[in-house]
Amino acid sequence: MYPTRDLTHTPYALHYDRPGDDTLVVRLAGSWTLEDGLPATTALQEQLDGTPRVWRLSFDAHDVTAWDSGLVTFVREVVEQSTSRQIVVDQRGLPAGVQRLLALAAAVPEQEAARHGDARRPWLARIGTAVLSGWQGAWDLLGFIGETVVAGRRLMTGKARFRRVDLALFLQQCGAQALGIVTLISFLVGLILAFIGAVQLRQFGAQIYVADLVGVGITREMGAMMTGVILAGRTGAAFAAQLGTMQVNEEIDALITMGIPPMEFLVLPRMLALMLMMPLLCVYADVVGMLAGLLVSMTLLHMPLMAYLNETRQAVHLVDGGIGVCKSVVFGALVALAGCLRGIQCGRSAAAVGAAATSAVVTGIVWIIASDGLCAVVTERLGI
Amino acid sequence: MTATRPRIAVKDLTMAYGSVVMQRDVTFSIQPGEIFIIMGRSGCGKSTLLRHLMGLVRPAHGEVFYEGERFWAASATERARLMQRCGVLYQSGALWSSMTLAENVALPLETYRTLRPRELRAVVSLKLALVGLAGCENLYPFELSGGMRKRAALARAMALDPDLLFFDEPSAGLDPLSSRRLDELILELRASLGATIVVVTHELASIVTIGDNSVFLDAETRTMLAVGNPKTLRDTSPEPKIRAFLSRGEADTTTV
Repeated sequence: MYPTRDLTHTPYALHYDRPGDDTLVVRLAGSWTLEDGLPATTALQEQLDGTPRVWRLSFDAHDVTAWDSGLVTFVREVVEQSTSRQIVVDQRGLPAGVQRLLALAAAVPEQEAARHGDARRPWLARIGTAVLSGWQGAWDLLGFIGETVVAGRRLMTGKARFRRVDLALFLQQCGAQALGIVTLISFLVGLILAFIGAVQLRQFGAQIYVADLVGVGITREMGAMMTGVILAGRTGAAFAAQLGTMQVNEEIDALITMGIPPMEFLVLPRMLALMLMMPLLCVYADVVGMLAGLLVSMTLLHMPLMAYLNETRQAVHLVDGGIGVCKSVVFGALVALAGCLRGIQCGRSAAAVGAAATSAVVTGIVWIIASDGLCAVVTERLGI
Repeated sequence: MTATRPRIAVKDLTMAYGSVVMQRDVTFSIQPGEIFIIMGRSGCGKSTLLRHLMGLVRPAHGEVFYEGERFWAASATERARLMQRCGVLYQSGALWSSMTLAENVALPLETYRTLRPRELRAVVSLKLALVGLAGCENLYPFELSGGMRKRAALARAMALDPDLLFFDEPSAGLDPLSSRRLDELILELRASLGATIVVVTHELASIVTIGDNSVFLDAETRTMLAVGNPKTLRDTSPEPKIRAFLSRGEADTTTV
């Protein structure tokens, strides 16, 4: 008898009989399909543990109108529970199809090694594992930085192997295609800075210094940082996803076995593209931010155009712009490093690619902020 | 008579992922011009062994010799140079998905040979024509069927006329006729180029048709069970597991 369907959906019925002292008969009737639901096995356990002690168990399935995997699953559960109580199970009362499926399911012994530990490990073990993987992560990072430096040296001597067309493509992706979002965000940042500054400074009649605030704030800090964060989100994630997918498809292995170092072929053009485009984007962001400040000053504070421009020119020195641009180059390198590192470390599944992209963005942003803090300390010490 | 140096030799190789040992004490040698099959049940470490031979994974223990030289004792640049003479066909092709077929085949040629653009295009055309993909130069891998991708990957593996080829499950996913044609192609490569070919495969028909020598890896004991010609192993091996594998589980065929 093959799995069947009962369109009238007679509900399933389950009865237990004790014809003899040591025998339990499980009577099944009605429609036993996954669609119609399965009973819990608590009642069964009570029966199996009842007195007098059960030694044999058999089935009576004459009145079953329809069955599918639902019945097989239930019977399998019954058999497991019985076998663990040393009860002998007689399957002859079951439909022939069910017996064959049960035999098939039991044919290949369970693979013990494949069963992953589901139990939660003690918290001490979890701390230990976290520390160890953190240590390993730091080690991998150090190795990656080293390989990048070696590849960079080969670039200086002109022996690096990557395709010029790849570099051109990345320049376009990192640079030209990022102009839209960089414009938007640096305009907003400039607007916000100017607005907040205006509201506060107006109280003291010092609103002219909005120009200083926006000018110095954007060129020294915000221009580079916002551009860095934007590119970390947009380009860092893209690099990680590209390299992660290549890792999943064995494309990086194919490069290695062909003797083409992935560092030179994949990572160098990306890093170079970011380090070339970031300063340009930073300068552009600076200009747009200051224009936003100008807009706020002229509309909110009714400041004359020339007053704003003169004040900006006095407040913002070349050093400020220079610091911002240098920082942007460093940020570009960090974003590329984070993206490519996470991509190459990627595991071999789709979920791993997503995790790599997320990690690339977070890592990139954390490194940007950390290096920005470092730069602040250094410039303060140097008195610039 | 002095024996020729084996093209590849493996001695007491142990492969492990972290602390899990996949195979231990694997020893065999592959003569130049031989077609060598790595066989075993699923999960025994065949592809892992291939990755060790290809230079992708360092062995936990033991040595791999390329023409008598210890492979893993060499520097990274030296290893890269040794691998230039190898061609690899990955199970899923591993074509670079953001490049066209022509660019895929051209990359090894551009990297290791100096050719003018027109010459390069001509060589690429030739390689693709040899595998029956003439005219598909400007297609991307995702635009091809599985069989075509395999053939394109083979063209790329053959780009530099290597004398050592590694094939990871080349007939996986191919229909029986394509599988047969691939066998004929493998034999042709050996005949015309004198290539040494290492193949990981399950296909029994291929194993007995093309295999000169083979090694059988066992998943349970985690070591190799036998080395030898597949036909000989099938007929006369004392190991029942090997006879069962090679005869697809038919009744034991012990011939005296």
